[in-house]
Amino acid sequence: MSTLIDGLSLGAIYALIALGYTMVYGIAKMLNFAHGDVIMVGAYTVFTTLMMGNGIWAKILAVVVTVVVCTVLGVCVEKCAYRPLRGASPLAVLITAIGVSYLLQGVAQISFGAKSHPVDFTIKGSVGGINYHTIVTLIVATVIMVSLTLFVNFTRTGRAMVAVSEDRAAAQLMGVNVNRIIMLTFAIGSALAACASLFYLMQIPSVSPTLGSMPGIKAFTAAVIGGIGSIPGAMIGGVVLGVIEKLALSIPVIAPYTTAIEFSFLIIVLLVKPTGLLGKKRREKV
Amino acid sequence: MREYFANVKQSFKLKHYVNYIIVLLPLILFTILHYAGALNRSTPTLLVQIGYSMILAVSLNLVVGFLGELSLGHAGFMCVGAYLGSLVCNGLVDKLPLMIVLVIGMIVGGIAAAVFGFIVGLPALRLRGDYLAIVTLAFGEIIRNICKNLEFLGGAKGLETKWYSAFLAARNTAMPLFIPTFLVGLLMLALIQNLIRSKHGRAITAIRDNEIAAKAMGINVTYYKLFVFVISAFFAGMAGVIYAGTASPIQYSFFSYNYSIEILVMVVLGGMGSIRGSILSAALITYINFVLKSNLSGDMAAVKTLVYALILILMVIYKNAPALKPVRERFNLKLLGVAIREKLFKISHDAATVTDDAGEWDEIPTKIITDEVLSTDLALSNYNPDKPDTNNK
Repeated sequence: MSTLIDGLSLGAIYALIALGYTMVYGIAKMLNFAHGDVIMVGAYTVFTTLMMGNGIWAKILAVVVTVVVCTVLGVCVEKCAYRPLRGASPLAVLITAIGVSYLLQGVAQISFGAKSHPVDFTIKGSVGGINYHTIVTLIVATVIMVSLTLFVNFTRTGRAMVAVSEDRAAAQLMGVNVNRIIMLTFAIGSALAACASLFYLMQIPSVSPTLGSMPGIKAFTAAVIGGIGSIPGAMIGGVVLGVIEKLALSIPVIAPYTTAIEFSFLIIVLLVKPTGLLGKKRREKV
Repeated sequence: MREYFANVKQSFKLKHYVNYIIVLLPLILFTILHYAGALNRSTPTLLVQIGYSMILAVSLNLVVGFLGELSLGHAGFMCVGAYLGSLVCNGLVDKLPLMIVLVIGMIVGGIAAAVFGFIVGLPALRLRGDYLAIVTLAFGEIIRNICKNLEFLGGAKGLETKWYSAFLAARNTAMPLFIPTFLVGLLMLALIQNLIRSKHGRAITAIRDNEIAAKAMGINVTYYKLFVFVISAFFAGMAGVIYAGTASPIQYSFFSYNYSIEILVMVVLGGMGSIRGSILSAALITYINFVLKSNLSGDMAAVKTLVYALILILMVIYKNAPALKPVRERFNLKLLGVAIREKLFKISHDAATVTDDAGEWDEIPTKIITDEVLSTDLALSNYNPDKPDTNNK
């Protein structure tokens, strides 16, 4: 039971990151490989803020600062690195994203060194064998995901986002400011990554320059399992992947092969349903 | 017979052999330097690194540039080749001469990787684009995860390569590793270049340009996709064995998806579908990495990542940004070369003298946007090409 809850909370973290991947993919049609490193930047922001103090107010301040820093970072990266390439081949944008990812890792390594530092950001204590931070993660992540769904489905801006992802040219003709929508998507995705980095630090209390790459790639896997471009798909994919990871880790014999099991699950899902669980099948025209 | 040779002589053009020369010249030069004792200690290592990155980049280009599928698991194939090839080499190193061991190891590693290439190629038949990319990435990570946990592959410590020390011992007397590396590179170049120019190569590029149209033309898409994945994995496996000859123990962590991406970067910067570009950019990037790594140590090692990242971003933006198109056209080296030649030799370029259709052997134009061309709606109701417009009279 507690394994299942742990899995759900890890899955919620993956889902938050996967949402960033899937929204950017749906709207800007690019794989944002630098997304995992936004998590890393978020974690380092918490680390720096907590160096100044360690009370409850410092922690709340850290939350606010992290979300702001990550959002600004996401918008800046979009503006400097991806916007000049709007209309270029998707692979060129992919390579730029990889470059941005290296850049962020390099900056972190220069500023803080390659070693990992401990961060004290958890909420201590447990009830019935379940840690408090697990419960907090689950509740807050659920609230975020529900409000995101409401935002996308019921506000004008949200509808505009859906419109851009369906057909960018048509949306532009209907008076949607596509550049603004893409920027907003990056902002929301990075803010979600910031939240994910906070929850991640509660579970694993240390920061290092390569912290973001593994959760990043797993969340990407989750987004693909759910069908990349689909928002509910990313949530389902994330939760499923998190539960699988925790279940595999709880059985000693197969625990070392956890990564292999997760990725095999992805391959099996894609073989059965080539566009992921909730992905739309595009009809091909000749 | 005489006529045949006359034909051969007439159709012989040096520019068709530039790729071989690019590989062969440094090989000859550095071999002479090596036996003259003029090379310093680190140059052979650098040459081997350039050699295997070149093999990796060209073989990945076959998948990405010519077949048009994004693959992010090339390091995984390399991993299979490195581990299995080293197992065989470790067993044979005391019994046979070193070079024969190396050849056997490369063949075994290549075939093992090719088998995995076949397995990865199978989902490639159902998946497209980004979905296939994530599956190849997943395969790479699965292979790495398994190598990390299997006892007979050395586990988390990595696999000791006994023949590495044999190579080290024989460094000054016997053949250095970079010579067989470059020879394998030449072999691969001959194979892939001729493959691309053959009927099969045309089929592969046809699949890239429009899969459905290719299918309609009777091309066996299943067969060619698997074929390309197997060939590409085979050479990656060989490169893996060569890598294993330069490191002991071989570490599973080396083959992470970051390395696959580095190979992809070489391919994209060199130009997809350009073999020459892959060779040159592989050499350049490996050289930059090597220089930065040996000059910056400790905390300054991060500067390497930073410089590398900046070069990458600026180069891609410069080469691809739609807004910079006028700048690119103005500083186009190729056009500049033509202009200089015109000035110097007063050659007038008639269309007839310039057009050499079969000549562009390795520069096949990049993907045409067939979707846009073909999906243009002609709105049949009011478009009638046969009759003149009667309303305008």
